Amino acid sequence: MVTTAPLVGQSVKRKEDPRLLTGNGRYLDDIRLPNTHHMAVRRSPYGHANILSIDTEAAANLPGVVGVFTAEDLKDSVKPLPCGMPAGGVENHLPPHRVLAQDRVRYVGDAVAFVVANDPYIAHDAMELIDVQYQELPAVVDAARAVEPGAPQLHDEAPGNICMHWTAGNKDDTDAAFANAEVVVKHHIYNQRLIPNPLETRGTLANYDAGTEETTLWVTSQLPHVHKILLSAFVLDIPEHKLRLIAPEIGGAFGSKIFLYADMALTAWASKHLGVPVKFVETRMENYVATQHGRDQTQDIELAARRDGTMLGLRVKSLANLGAYPSTIAPGVVTALFGRMVSGAYRIPAIWVEVDGVYTNTAMVDAYRGAGRPEATYLVERMVDLLADELAMDPVDVRRKNFIPPDAFPYTPPDLGMLPYDSGNYAVTLDRALNHVNYSALRAQQEEGRKAGRLMGIGISSYVEVCGLAPSSWIQKQGWGGPMYESAEIRVLPTGKISAVTGSLSHGQGHETTFAQIVADEFGVGMGDVEIKYGDTAGAPFGMGTYGSRSLAVGGTALQKSAQKIKEKILAIGANLLEVAPEDVEFDHGSVSVKGAPGSSKTLAEIAFAAWLNTGVPAGMEAGLEATTYYDPPSCTFPFGTHICVVDVDPDTGHVDIIRYVAVDDVGPVVNPMIVDGQLEGGIAQGIGQALFEGAVYDKFGYLLTGSMIDYAVPRASYLPNFELDRTVTPSPISAFGSKGVGEAGTIASTPAVANAVVDALSHLGIRDLQMPITPQRVWHALQQPK
Amino acid sequence: MFPVEFEYEAPTTVEEAIRLLAESGGEAKILAGGHSLLPMLKLRLAQPPLVIDIGRIAGLSGVSEQDGGLRIGATTTETAIQDSELVQRLCPLLSETAAHIGDQQVRNRGTIGGTLAHGDPAADMTAAVLAAGGSVTVQGPNGERTIPADDLFLDMMTTALEPDEVLTSVWVQTEGPRTGSAYEKFANAASGYAIAGVASVITLAADGTVARARIAITGVGSKATRASGVEAALQGKRADDQTIAAAAEHAVEGVDLIGDLHADESYREHLAKVIARRSIQRAVGRAATKS
Repeated sequence: MVTTAPLVGQSVKRKEDPRLLTGNGRYLDDIRLPNTHHMAVRRSPYGHANILSIDTEAAANLPGVVGVFTAEDLKDSVKPLPCGMPAGGVENHLPPHRVLAQDRVRYVGDAVAFVVANDPYIAHDAMELIDVQYQELPAVVDAARAVEPGAPQLHDEAPGNICMHWTAGNKDDTDAAFANAEVVVKHHIYNQRLIPNPLETRGTLANYDAGTEETTLWVTSQLPHVHKILLSAFVLDIPEHKLRLIAPEIGGAFGSKIFLYADMALTAWASKHLGVPVKFVETRMENYVATQHGRDQTQDIELAARRDGTMLGLRVKSLANLGAYPSTIAPGVVTALFGRMVSGAYRIPAIWVEVDGVYTNTAMVDAYRGAGRPEATYLVERMVDLLADELAMDPVDVRRKNFIPPDAFPYTPPDLGMLPYDSGNYAVTLDRALNHVNYSALRAQQEEGRKAGRLMGIGISSYVEVCGLAPSSWIQKQGWGGPMYESAEIRVLPTGKISAVTGSLSHGQGHETTFAQIVADEFGVGMGDVEIKYGDTAGAPFGMGTYGSRSLAVGGTALQKSAQKIKEKILAIGANLLEVAPEDVEFDHGSVSVKGAPGSSKTLAEIAFAAWLNTGVPAGMEAGLEATTYYDPPSCTFPFGTHICVVDVDPDTGHVDIIRYVAVDDVGPVVNPMIVDGQLEGGIAQGIGQALFEGAVYDKFGYLLTGSMIDYAVPRASYLPNFELDRTVTPSPISAFGSKGVGEAGTIASTPAVANAVVDALSHLGIRDLQMPITPQRVWHALQQPK
Repeated sequence: MFPVEFEYEAPTTVEEAIRLLAESGGEAKILAGGHSLLPMLKLRLAQPPLVIDIGRIAGLSGVSEQDGGLRIGATTTETAIQDSELVQRLCPLLSETAAHIGDQQVRNRGTIGGTLAHGDPAADMTAAVLAAGGSVTVQGPNGERTIPADDLFLDMMTTALEPDEVLTSVWVQTEGPRTGSAYEKFANAASGYAIAGVASVITLAADGTVARARIAITGVGSKATRASGVEAALQGKRADDQTIAAAAEHAVEGVDLIGDLHADESYREHLAKVIARRSIQRAVGRAATKS
C-alpha cells in the first residue's frame, strides 16, 4: 500500500462523476422492480375549496387500474404528517397535514385522491377521470393579508391563520437603544417565494415483501433515517424494524427533500394494500405546485444608529408564510435560523425580533438553500447600505465600523439565543475583496460614468452564517424533536480495503470524494482503497442526513473519530505482530513500524488480515477492525466572507448585467478546493437567481401563475459572469480540520450583494430600494417614477 | 408529463402525409422538430388522435438558391440555418435570428417550417421571414400554393394553413447590394422567447437615404407582424439616429399589446421601441458597409 502526499487539501477529481457522466447513476426512476405499478395523484385545482364529492368509478374502471383511493380509504391506517420542528419555546398551532385532503383542500396541488395502475400513462389517464366536485372558498395567499381581521381562515386549530408567535432578543434594551439613537432607518422587505428546482424532481418507490413483512422505500430524501422514524413512529402502521428507506442517487434537493411528503406514505400503504411495488415520480409541473417552496418572508425593520455609523439597535418584525399546512421543519427554520442570525457580522448591542408563522392557501414553505440565513443576511446587508445612504457614508466604512472584531471571538450576539460565533476575521475578507475588485478605481469609474449616463453599481455583502448544525441539546431547544449528531461507521476489511458508512448523504455534494480523502489520509492509503457509503437505513447507524452545510463539520469529524478509534487497535495489533510494546510503534503511510527501525513493519493489509483471522490479536482484544461514532459537536460553525458585485444597468431596458463578481469566503481549511469552488459557484448562481430572476407568484385565488419554467426564471450559465473566487482561512475550533461548511454560503452572500449593486447603480437617481426579483420591468418602472 | 394516447405515422412522401391529414379530418398534428408540439402533448394542451412525423420525407430539408432568393426546406433545422454558408452569405438575417432561438439542443431539433406553421406570437423566425420578404409553400389535397409571409400569421398560434395542408418550404429574398439586416431581441429570462423582437432589412440608396425598409416585430402582440409605421417613417429619409429613433416610436402601431407577468403593456411598448431602434441602427450600419 504505497501512499502519497495528504489527500486532504487536494482538488481530487470526484469519484462519482464517471458514473454520473456516463449515464450509470441510478436515480429513483431508474429503479425498476418486476411488476412495478405507478401512482398518479389527483390534486386540487383550487386554492381553497370544500370537497363536495369524489367519484372514482370511471377511473377505477379503466383497464390497467388496480386501485383508486381517497382519504376515506386511508383514515384508519395512515395518520397525518408530523411537524418535526415547531418553533422552540412557544405555543405552536399545528393543524393536521393529512396525506389526502379530507372535506377541504387548502392549496392548488393539495392531494385529493390517487390512482395506482400498471402503467404510468394509464395512471395519469385514470387520475383525470376522477370526478371531484368542489365548492370554492375565498382564498388568501399573502401572509400580511392572512393575519388581517376578516381574512379567510384555513384551520379551526389555528385562529387568525397563526401557527406561532416567537420572539428573540431584548425588547427593553432595544427600545432604549432607539430612544438614544441619532438616526433611525426603517425599511420593508418582501423576501420573495422561491421554487427550489432540483434537476431531479421527487419520488418514491415502495415495495412490500409479504414474506418478510418488510416495506422498502426508495425515496428522494436528504435524510432517509429521519424519514424512516417519522413514517414509522407517526404516520404508517409499520414497525420501525420492518421499514427500510434507501435514498438512491439524488439529483439535487436544496432543502426540498428534507420535507416528509405524503407520497412516501401513500406508496408504502398502497404497496402493502395491493401487493405490488408502487412508484411515484413527480412531473415538473407537479413539483412546482406540490413540493415545498422556499423563503416568502415579509419583514419590517428598523435600525438605530449614531451619526458616525455605529449601530445601536435593530428591530425586526417578520411574517413567515408557511403555506397551507405545518411542514416538517419550517416553524423552526423561520425562527431559530433566521431570528437568531439577524445581527449578521455586526456588533449590534440591542436586538428585538418577532416572527409570526402564518398559514396561507399556498404550497408549503420550508428550508431552501440557506434556510433562514438568506432572509437574515439580506435584511441586515440591505440595512447597512440604507444606513450608509442615510448618513452619506461609504457602505464599506459602515461595515468596517460595526464588524465584530477578531479579538471578540467566540462572540455571542447579546440576548439573541444564538450559539457563540466560533471564529472570524471579517475585515480581512472585506479588504481582500476590495483589493481584488479595485474598489477605489471602480468608484471613480462609477462617478465618471454617471456623467455620461452610465448606470454602474457596486454592491457589497459581508455575511456570516451558521453551519454544521448541532449540537442536539441546542437544536432541541429550537424545537427539533430529534438529535443532531452525525454517525460514522468504518470497517477495515480483511484485505485492508476500507468501507465507511456516513450518516450524512450526498445529493450532489461529492461525499464519496471528500470523505474518502479524509479516511484515506487517516489510514495512509489511496483514494481507491476507500469506499464511502450512505443512504440506506438497513444495517447502518442512525444518520441525520445532509442540510445546513453540516456534512463535513459534523459527519467528517465523526468519520475521523471512527478512524482514530480503529487506529488505536491497528497499533495494538501491529505491535503484537512485531512483538514490541504498543508505545514502541507508530502508524504512518499505511504501515505500523517500530520507532527508529523502519524496516520492521506490518502493513495495514497484514494487520487487517490478522484481525480477521483473529491470530496475532492481543489477548483480551476482539477480532475485527471496526468502529462507530456518533459525534455530537459542542457548537456550530460560522463561515463568513465578503462578496462584491458590479453591475451595469441598461437605462433603456432596465436589464441588469453583472460585469464583475468577486467572492472572498472563509469556510475554514478546505478538504477539496475544487468541490468548495463548485459549491460556491452554484450557490452564488442560486443567490443571483433570487436577486434578479426567480419569484413564485400566486394570484388571489391561490393559482400559481409561475407554474412552469416558461414563467419561472432559473438563471442560466449565459446570464452569469465569471466568478472571481478567493479565500481566507480561519479555522473553526469546533470541527475536525477546522472546516466550517460551504453548502449555503454562496447563496446567502450573493443575493444582497447583487441587490445592493443594482440599488447603488440607481441611487443617484433617488432610488433607494427595489423589490426582488429585480427584473428589467421593475427597474424600468422605478426609473420612470418621479423622484 | 404524460400525453394522452395517440397514433403515430411516419410517411415518406408529402402526398402520404396529406392523405393522412385529410383522413383525420384535419385533427392530426404534423410533427417536425417537435419542440412546440411535444410540450403541448405532454401538458395535454394538444390531444390529437394522430401525429404525422414528416421527418422522414426526403427532400424536405436543405437550403438552395431559387428565384433571387433562398429556398429552405420545411424540416431544415435552426442549427442548419444558423450554420449554412448560403444563408450567411445571402440572407444573414435568418442565420442571426436562428442563433437567438432557444438553446443549442432546441436549435438542433427545431425546424423553420415548424416554427412558422405553429405561429407562436413570440417566436423569432416569424419576424425574420416577414422582414426578409418571405413566403411559404404549402401543399394540400388540391395541390400546392404559396402564401406570402405577410398573410401567413392570423392570430395567436393561428396561421393561414388549412387543416389539411402541409408547409413544405420557405422562400426568402436575398439581401442585395447596400442592404443590411439585423435581429434584435429582448428575451424573457424564463422561457427565452421574445418579449420584444425586431427584424430589420434596410436597403440604402446611393445617396444614403433609405430606399427600402422591411421591419417586422414579434413578441408584443398576438402575432408577428410588419411594423409598417416604422417602415413608412424611414422611407426616403437619411437614416441618422434621430430619424431612426423617431421611426421606432411607431413600433407597436396597430398592435394589440400583450401584458403579462414579465412585461406589462407599458413596459412592452417601451421595449418594442428600444429594440426596434437598436435593430434598425444595426441594419443601417451594416447596409452602409455593403457596396
